Formats: sequence, C-alpha cells, structure tokens
Amino acid sequence: MRLHKKGLSTLTKLVREEPALWMGHPLKRKEDRRLLTGLGKFVDDIKLPGMAYAAILRSPYAHARILGIDVSKAERLEGVVCTLVGEEVAKLTDPFLQISSPPANKLKDYCLAVGKVHFAGEPVAAVVAETRSTAEDALELIDAEYEAVDHVLDAKEALKPGAPVIHEEVGSNVVFRGKWDYGDINAAMKQADKVVKKTLHFHRFSSTPIENNAVLAQYDKATGFLNVYSNNQMPMFCIPWVSFALKFPSNRIRMVTGDVGGGFGTKIISYPYIVLISLLAMRSGRPVKWIETRTEHLSAANHGNERMFEVEIPVKNDGTILGLKVKAWDDCGAYTRYEPAGATIWAQVTPGCYRFKNFQMEFLQVMTSKCPVGPNRGYSRMQHLWMIERSVDIVARELGLDPTEVRLKNFIRPEEMPYVTPSGGVYDGGNYPESLSRVLKLIDYWRWRKEQVEERKKGRLIGIGISTILDSGTNNFGQVKITNPENPFSGNSEGARISIDGLGGIQVALGTSPQGQGHETFASQVVADEFGVSPDQVTVLMGFDSAVNPYSHQSGAYASRCAVMGTGALLGAAKKVKEKAAKIAAHVLKADPESIEFKEGHAVDRDSGRKIPLWQIGNIAWVNNVLLPEGMEPGLVAIHFWRPDFGLPDEKWRLNQTLTYSYQSHAAVIEMDPETGKFKILKYAIVDDCGKQINPMIVEGQVHGAAAHGIGAAMYENFEYDEDGQLKSSTLVDYLVPTALEVPDLVTESMETPSLFAPKGIKGVGEGGGTPISAIANAVEDALTPYGVEISDSHQNPQRIYELIVKKRKKM
Amino acid sequence: MKLAKLTQKDDLVQIRCKVNGDAYTGTVEPRTLLVYFLRDVLNLTGTHVGCDTGHCGACTVIMDGKTVKSCMVLAVQAEGASILTVEGLAKGENLHPIQEAFWENHGLQCGYCTPGMLMSSLFLLQRNPNPTDEEIRRGIDGNLCRCTGYVNIVKSIKAAAKKMRGVEVTA
Repeated sequence: MRLHKKGLSTLTKLVREEPALWMGHPLKRKEDRRLLTGLGKFVDDIKLPGMAYAAILRSPYAHARILGIDVSKAERLEGVVCTLVGEEVAKLTDPFLQISSPPANKLKDYCLAVGKVHFAGEPVAAVVAETRSTAEDALELIDAEYEAVDHVLDAKEALKPGAPVIHEEVGSNVVFRGKWDYGDINAAMKQADKVVKKTLHFHRFSSTPIENNAVLAQYDKATGFLNVYSNNQMPMFCIPWVSFALKFPSNRIRMVTGDVGGGFGTKIISYPYIVLISLLAMRSGRPVKWIETRTEHLSAANHGNERMFEVEIPVKNDGTILGLKVKAWDDCGAYTRYEPAGATIWAQVTPGCYRFKNFQMEFLQVMTSKCPVGPNRGYSRMQHLWMIERSVDIVARELGLDPTEVRLKNFIRPEEMPYVTPSGGVYDGGNYPESLSRVLKLIDYWRWRKEQVEERKKGRLIGIGISTILDSGTNNFGQVKITNPENPFSGNSEGARISIDGLGGIQVALGTSPQGQGHETFASQVVADEFGVSPDQVTVLMGFDSAVNPYSHQSGAYASRCAVMGTGALLGAAKKVKEKAAKIAAHVLKADPESIEFKEGHAVDRDSGRKIPLWQIGNIAWVNNVLLPEGMEPGLVAIHFWRPDFGLPDEKWRLNQTLTYSYQSHAAVIEMDPETGKFKILKYAIVDDCGKQINPMIVEGQVHGAAAHGIGAAMYENFEYDEDGQLKSSTLVDYLVPTALEVPDLVTESMETPSLFAPKGIKGVGEGGGTPISAIANAVEDALTPYGVEISDSHQNPQRIYELIVKKRKKM
Repeated sequence: MKLAKLTQKDDLVQIRCKVNGDAYTGTVEPRTLLVYFLRDVLNLTGTHVGCDTGHCGACTVIMDGKTVKSCMVLAVQAEGASILTVEGLAKGENLHPIQEAFWENHGLQCGYCTPGMLMSSLFLLQRNPNPTDEEIRRGIDGNLCRCTGYVNIVKSIKAAAKKMRGVEVTA
C-alpha cells in the first residue's frame, strides 16, 4: 500500500497548484511528446511479419471501355505475389452500398473498375509484391487495353440530351433533383425595390492532408478476423460498405487507426481501398500494405464539391434582403460514394446568418467524368455560404451601401436565439452583430476604408473583404432521408468508456478516432474535472481500435462533432462510474451516497468531511469485492452512448440538421496589382465563437488551420481538367498548397456564447465554414471597384482577374 | 517461367553511414531513396513521406550539416554521411528546445509534417539564431503544413530561438 500513498501525495501536490477547472484551460497536448520525437504511430510505421506491398494501376482515360487487362507478365516478375483485376472483383465482391434514391442508386461501384473506366485515375488493377518497388515495377508489365468513349466534364453539359452517360445502369447523369421552398419567394420578388441576379461558380479543391490515404490489411486464417489498419476518419461508419462489399461478417472486421496525418474530410471515403487491400490480403495470405502516392491522392482520392449557382435576391433599397431564390448544379464527379449527402447538407445553414424567410432552392446533383467528390472541411455548407456571402456583397454594391451595413441590417439578432431557420435549423445562440463589429475593430476597418480612397488616388488598389459565416457541427444523419427516405441513418451518437482500475488508475476510451485535433487532451480535461484529479492522472487511449474502444457506427472525427459528442459520452460515462463509486465510498464511510463528491483524487463525504481515495474504491470494486455493498456487481467501469435530441425531416424537408452553430467573422485587406491580377493579403483578422471552449489553445489552432485552408482555396488550390479529362494539377508542383510565405499572420479573437443545447455549452469547431473564400472574393471585387470588375468565381486566379481587368479597360 | 527482377540480388549495395551519432550498415537496391533506407531498413519511422516530388518537406533530415529532402536523395548518396533525424533531437528524456517550443506554442496538430518542420527549424536557427518572422517563413517554405496555418509554427520557432540563445521564455 505504500506505493499508493506515494502516488497520492504527488497527486495532491499537483492538484493544489492547478486551476479549479481544467475545462477552459490551454493545457499542453498529451499527444505531442510522441509526435515531436518521431514516435508517432502512423499506418506506414506499422510492420507486420510477412508483410507485402500493393500498388495500383490506374486509368489514363477519362471515359473508356476496358477491352482487356493482361497481368500474365506482371505475375511472372520475380517478387510478385499476386494480382487482381476488375472482372475478378465483380465476382468476389458486391458493388458498394448506394444512398441515392432510384435510379441513381443502381450505380455499380467496385474497388476496381469493371468493364469501363469513368475518370482518369480510376483503379483498374492491383499487384502485391515483396517490396514497394517490385509492386510498382510490375504495374509497368500489365497490358491494359482501352477503347476511349466520349466524356463530359461540366455538370450542365452532362444534363443535355445526348451527353455521354457515365453509368449506363443509371440511365442519365442525374444523382438528385430536389426543391426546397419556404415562405413566399414570388411575393418577395413583387415587394422588392430591386432583384439582384448573379451566376456564380464554386471551384474544385481539396484539403490534401500531408499524410496520404493508407491501408494495411491482414486476414487472420486462425481466427477468421480481418484486421484493417487504416487512416479512415469514420472507420466504423464504413463497416456496412466494407462488410457488404466483401460479403464478410461485420463482427469479424477489426478496424484500427493510430495517429492520422490530417483528414479534413478527405479520408472519409477511402473504403474502396480498404476493400481492395483486404481482398489482396485474403488472396495472397499475407498482410498487405498500401500507401497512396501524392499523385494518386490528388487525382483519385476525393475532391470537394464543385457547384454552380444562379441566384436571384429580392431587396429593398435600404438593404433589407427579402429572400433568396437559387438554382444550383452540383458536380459530384464519376461516383456518388458519400453523395448525395452533400445535396442536402448545405441546408444546415439555409439562410446563413440572415433573417430572410423566403427561400427557394432548386438543387441538381450531376455526375461527370472527373474524380469523385467527398466531404471536405466545411462540406457542402462552404459552397452554400460562399454563395450567400458573395451575394450579400453584390447586393451592397448594387445598392451603393457598405457591405457591413447590409450585414448588420439583415443579421439574425441575439435576442431571437434560439432561432428557427426556414428549413427547420435551430441556431443555438450567438451574437453575429457583435462578432462583425469586433472583427471590424480588429482589422481597423474604417481606417482602411479611408486609406483605400486616398490610395486609389495614387493608383494603389486596396480591397477590404468581410464575411460572417456559420460553422455548423454535429450533423443529424436524418438529413440523408431527404434524398432517400429508405436510408437507414438518422441522428448522431458517440461512445465513451471510463474505468477506474484496482490501483485507482483512470482510463478513458472514445470512439472519436482523431486526426490531430487533440482528443487525448480534451478528454483528459473533461474527465479530470469530473473526478477532481489532474489530466495527468487520466489516460486516454490513442487512436481507435474496434476491438478495444467503444463506438457507435456514427463514431469518428468529422462534422466538427467530437468536442460536443465526445463530451456528451464522457459525461454520461463519468456519471455512471461516479454513482457506483459513490455507493462504494458511502458504504465504507457509512455515509449517504448523495453526499459523496469527488475531489483531489478522493471520494469525500460532504457531511462529515471524511474521505477515501479513489484507489481504495477501485481496490474494493475489482479485487476486494467482499467489501462491496450487498448485491453490487464487481468492477468499476462504464460505457455511455450519447445522442443529441434530433428529429426527421417533415414533408417540407424541415429538420434541425445539426446540433451546434458556431460562427466566425473574417476580414481581409488585400492589395491588388492590376497589371498582373496578382494580389497579396496585407492584414487578416478573425473573430470566432464556438461556445464554451474546453482548450482555447486547441480551438485557436483549429481556427488558424481552417483559415489557411480557405486562403489556399481562394488564392492557390484548384483542380482543373484539360479537355481530355486529364487533371492538370496532379502533383504538388501544380496543385499549390500554400507555404508559410503565402499564409499571412492571422489576428484572432474569441467570443464564448454558450450553446443552448450542447453539453457544457460547447459548440463544435474545426471546419471554419470556408470563410476566407468569400472574404477574399469580396476583397478582390472591392479592390477592383475602379474597374467595375465583378467576381463570380470562388478561385481568385490572377490570370482570370487580369483578363477581367483587360476586358473592362477595353470598354472604358 | 519467372521474369527476372529488374534488380538482381548481386546488384545490392551496402551503405555505411552515421545516423543520430550511431554507425549503421545496411544493404539496399541502388535505387532506394534515403527516406526508405531510414524508415524501412533502419526502422527510424519518424521521417515521413507526404509527396513524390520533393515539395512537402515531411521527409527533411540534416545530412552533413545541411537539410535535405530524403525522398530526393538516394541512399547510396548517404554513404559515409552523418545524418540527423527527428529521433536524434532529444537527449534521452530531455527534449530539444525546438521540440519544447513547438509543444508549448501548439506548433503541431496531426504531427505528420512536424519531424521535417523541426529539422528545417534547426537548420535555420543554426545559421540564424535570431531570425525575423519573414526569415522564419522563408526558412520553412520548403515544408508544408495543412493543420496549423503556420501561425503557431512561426511562434514556436521564435520561442525556440530565444531558448537556444538562452533568453528567459515565458510561454
């Protein structure tokens, strides 16, 4: 027992020097020591005995019939273990589950192309060999013969009669067609002083984490288990896709993730690779590792949704926005995968931060001969919010008002919270006017406005752009019932387990499978407060292992959900453990369980002040159980699954699609060179509000990261295809991820308006809503006011800007 | 009949070099990149691969006093070289001041770019012990990070510079 006492004296010492509550404290991250010393556990770091390596042959064509694939030469290469082609995959597996409604759900998606390739980069064959290099050598020995057929790269073109059909079994390229109609948009048009009209385009890009996709699969013949080590972001959500495709029992698939080198949504739809590598592991009888190359990632992992909008905005001359009428064409590439989820997820934030009630959206999602899309930081809302924030600035310009004035006039007011949007979203608190005024102060908006006028006289073009955007988190899967009521998904849930072992050690396991968001740290903080201990006394398991961690099939790190969902599950599990521990303590102390509280590593009787240490409670629960209260089950561990109170869509597709609605205001000041179309950011400021913060340091890091992604998307990153359907930016030479020289210093400030609905007033954070994409578009148009250039694209390509300037000059 | 492997067994070459102060000997195909020699032969998996064109910088190590992208160097070019990887930064349990500064200033999130970023930071601070923000940004412009937006990385390197110059730091 001396050991325990020693441990406890250290604990007591620690506690006295520590803050009253760990929640809200910028605690240094628990994950960092291993990551800083090269001891991180990423998929490619794992080596299993007898491991072999896979390489994938990909289609050079955007659309072609496969005439034949001859692997015989490859199979004869020394060191090659086995090969696999699409025809074999069609016999061995079932096509992946589709969540579209008929006829789009007839689409057949396999882990290797069967009969036809649908985009350049689609996998057509795979090789397993003793080494990575031998596997790659073998690809060159495969003879694949194709017959190219017409392809289509534009969503509107893909809808025309006679357009090439990507998937014949679907009959057309349409995935989803839907109409949302709230209020009375036609009446709003009639009341309007003016109807502002605009066509807008949101470009293709992706968050491109530095670690590419990776899978290591091992089929254990002895136990019949398929062990999959991957960096998938929702490893248990993809179980139905993997299990049905492989026709392999779900209860013998073990999914493991470790450290993950960034995800941002792009690692959600990697299940075709999980299935492919699993098949190769079964065929070869060897553990098989596959590490995606950067070119494979850029050309064939997933892109963000490309979207075109035709917008009509009825307004009053004073800047009041009466409604929004939109037609949207969403280009989801060659396969649907997670789509058509994106065709409804934008409606989490139907009116953005604005009060207008009249809203109409006709939404069409279309397939083209390009890389399939998938969730990407700010998934689907980013496109929609960009359209709204761009529209608000266009309204301001056309009415001769300052963009801040139009925003302040139309913002939902803090006293209207909780605010119900036309599509049934329930905003959980916030003060948008304050957020905007704070960011204006932070960037010194009115001084810049004056300077802009002065500088223009000297021929210097300054532009100021602002944007206030919602960053919705914790999605309600019920939204996918809009596209197909048969979809077996709704709500959201997460699991956590907390145990206090026989020596008093607290261990926590979560289903959240992080990719750098610091879940070990925030969970330690939450649990430390519950038990009155230091976060150092709480061990949180790293990564995720379905054989070890509790999970729901909605577990994972996506949709800015983990702080909220994880905390909900942790608080539930802590409550259960504490209730039982209190009963044991009360039994020992002969006290009332109701008067037991937990502080400084002890259970304390509030009435008498007498206490017993946690280790003693653990000892009784696990190995000294004769001392337990009569009839009590031994052990001191609890699993809790938490779910928010969500509903299903009504007949008008109204539902609260997400639990929390964080928001951010961004302000950018840029300087434009009209001779080149190139511009630089002079100053960038952000005010974020994600409710109560568990760890402000981590929150600020998320705000920085999301802003950098938005800045990269607005200024540099673009997936462009040539007319043959070849991706022009398939390496980091052409796909311009911003470096430290391109991302400016970011000035940030936080507000903390507690969520009205989420545990402890927390709101999700991380995605950032793609705010810089509109702030920068607005700044560019503002800078070019003297030329009257209108910005209708989300990507501010200097060449295109220059062309727009030249066009205007010709007219001047 | 088996087709002969493109590299014959007798083509294998032996590499002798020092990594983090320890002498290593390993046998590789001549085409093996230094990063795979470090990761697969020496089991030093701290050095990461993020691209195939030398742009991401996750594989940055210090070879004979200069940073190199170890995916752009053949293992045979490291014959006789002295290499420092992320695993060689800490002294036992004591972290290098740059590692401490990254920890204290939240200079990392997913940690995948971090090893390369640390090596570039070290190289920068060895040449320029008191860099400006602009010099820091230039010093790490060969290392991509997708999580932090570089803000806290710049802050970390500034703090590390102070630590290494012996200036008292309050994090």
